[in-house]
Amino acid sequence: MLMRDFLTLTGSSLIAHRMRSFLTTLGIAVGIAAVMLLTSIGEGIHQFVLAEFTQFGTTIVSVSPGRTTTHGGSTGMFGTVRPLTIEDAEALKRLPYARAVVPVVQGNAEVEAGNRRRRTNVYGVGAQMPEAFRMDISSGRFLPADDPTAPRAFAVLGSQLREELFGSRNPLGQRIGIGGNRYRIIGVMASKGTVLGFDLDDTVYIPAARALELFNRESLFEIDVMYEEGVSADRVVAGIKKTLMARHGREDFTITTQEQMLDVLGSILNILTVAVGAIGGISLLVGAIGIVTIMTIAVNERTNEIGLLRAIGARRGQVLGLFLGEAVVLAAAGGLAGLILGVGTAQLLHLLLPALPVHTPWLFVFVAEAVAVVIGLAAGVLPARRAAGLDPVEALRAE
Amino acid sequence: MISLEQIHRDFQVGDQVVHALDDINLDISAGEYVSIMGPSGSGKSTLLNLIGLLDRATAGHYLLNGEDVTTLSDVEQAATRNRRIGFVFQSFHLVPRLSAAGNVELPLILAGMPAAERKARVAQTLQALNLTDRAHHKPDQLSGGQRQRVAIARATVTEPAVVLADEPTGNLDHKSGGDVINILESLNQRGITLMVVTHDAEIGDRATRRIKMRDGRIESDTQADADR
Ligand SMILES: Nc1ncnc2c1ncn2[C@@H]1O[C@H](COP(=O)(O)OP(=O)(O)OP(=O)(O)O)[C@@H](O)[C@H]1O
Ligand SMILES: [Mg+2]
Repeated sequence: MLMRDFLTLTGSSLIAHRMRSFLTTLGIAVGIAAVMLLTSIGEGIHQFVLAEFTQFGTTIVSVSPGRTTTHGGSTGMFGTVRPLTIEDAEALKRLPYARAVVPVVQGNAEVEAGNRRRRTNVYGVGAQMPEAFRMDISSGRFLPADDPTAPRAFAVLGSQLREELFGSRNPLGQRIGIGGNRYRIIGVMASKGTVLGFDLDDTVYIPAARALELFNRESLFEIDVMYEEGVSADRVVAGIKKTLMARHGREDFTITTQEQMLDVLGSILNILTVAVGAIGGISLLVGAIGIVTIMTIAVNERTNEIGLLRAIGARRGQVLGLFLGEAVVLAAAGGLAGLILGVGTAQLLHLLLPALPVHTPWLFVFVAEAVAVVIGLAAGVLPARRAAGLDPVEALRAE
Repeated sequence: MISLEQIHRDFQVGDQVVHALDDINLDISAGEYVSIMGPSGSGKSTLLNLIGLLDRATAGHYLLNGEDVTTLSDVEQAATRNRRIGFVFQSFHLVPRLSAAGNVELPLILAGMPAAERKARVAQTLQALNLTDRAHHKPDQLSGGQRQRVAIARATVTEPAVVLADEPTGNLDHKSGGDVINILESLNQRGITLMVVTHDAEIGDRATRRIKMRDGRIESDTQADADR
């Protein structure tokens, strides 16, 4: 039998039962659409989060106080955790491959300028922050490299905070109050937007030592170390560990590499993908059962036709192929409709909610369609084999 | 051309064996016109199905053109049915979703014939059966007589050597039944071997060779008088 005739014949029986072909196709379409929609959103979020993470660069290692084991527990109970101090950060600066070391303290405080007040984010950081986090300064300059333990009372504003406090006036050289202390504004950061939920624009940056005082804390939140490209993360981790162990006497700190963070992120997203796959798998299973059902009905209804085909010279294999073909065409059509539906809905969602990133990798599209075809084959095998196995005489005599 | 030697066809029904064909010996030459008559359940259809390679004998040998076809594989039997044998059934067995032309085309499609060649053959066959203006009608838009003519067209489009008709007039009125028999006889006059199973003595007597069956056996096998 020629391929074109095969398709025409297959098509003719599906078209003869338009309504139920459509409904059966719908079962697969819904499954594929669900998977495509969810994976498109999932991939979009994946890429979005990845971009958020890596915009600070990939050569950053962060050190936080306290030791978290892999079990998530803390060994802090064996004794007090020694605070991570500005001196620790200074010591890390002496590591040969450390390009920038930034102590970080974060908190909330009231900021006042003239008669305007605003409760806002306060970051206590080091002079090397713009370099480490790839942030730009729009006017003035960043905090100078003062004596880190006794820095001058300078402040740098985030772009939005500047707007809120000064409007169109020039803030450089102005004095503001932060939690009751006076600071002089020496610079304004370029807008960075929201990163992983933190608004970096509605923020004021002050020296870390002053922030510790302000929030009455002993320990830094973390120390971020940006290292030279080409140096292995393991070497950096080993170097930091050695320096801090020498200072603290034991390992009462945790080092997190960018790689580890991406790994954690990746595994979370992988779990999500598996969950989405399972949901899609269930709806595809339901679709497949629909195809089995409809093909079984078709074989029963067309028993006479099967007998006739055999009488006029169809081989068992040809009968098998025809019914298998119908199942595959049903599933493939469903897959195609599902792709259009799923990707279309994802794009529509993106149009309506531009903040929601969507992305459909081509590979997924092909895999989804291939899965649909395989489902058709699997669902069609049983009914088609039954059709091919019918005894021609009995098939012709069937009512 | 068709040669049956000690053919048996048994059916197991529960713990009982039904001898549908019981030691059949039969030789039919090319171009013969044979009618098969007999009471219901005497084995007429079973015999026809066996000759048409739709069924296999339980025992015995079947030679078609000197070749033993009892042992052919499924694929070879299908090819033989496609090329050498044409079936006409009482209930037409047209595929309802295909047009008359589509139904006639089916055996050629199964044989893998290219479309252009097929179209010409189908048109020619429909023309010979006066069905040209019905070519694009679906079976449910045709009368019983027309449907059986489409079925005959389908049986003959491959130019088979044998046409096997199992009660071809059983579902037709007297007039269309007569037309169908006339058509089958004209095929026979062109050299096709024709076997017709019928309950109608009038039709059975038109054949040049009349076989009567009873209980799976051939009861009588007579050659017509010279008057026909
Ligand atoms: N598949 C089968 N299983 C069991 N018995 C069968 C089967 N097919 C036919 N038979 C039996 O074989 C015998 C012959 O049947 P067959 O159909 O050949 O009769 P027939 O002469 O064509 O009858 P009719 O004139 O009613 O069509 C019958 O007794 C029938 O019951
Ligand atoms: Mg019969």
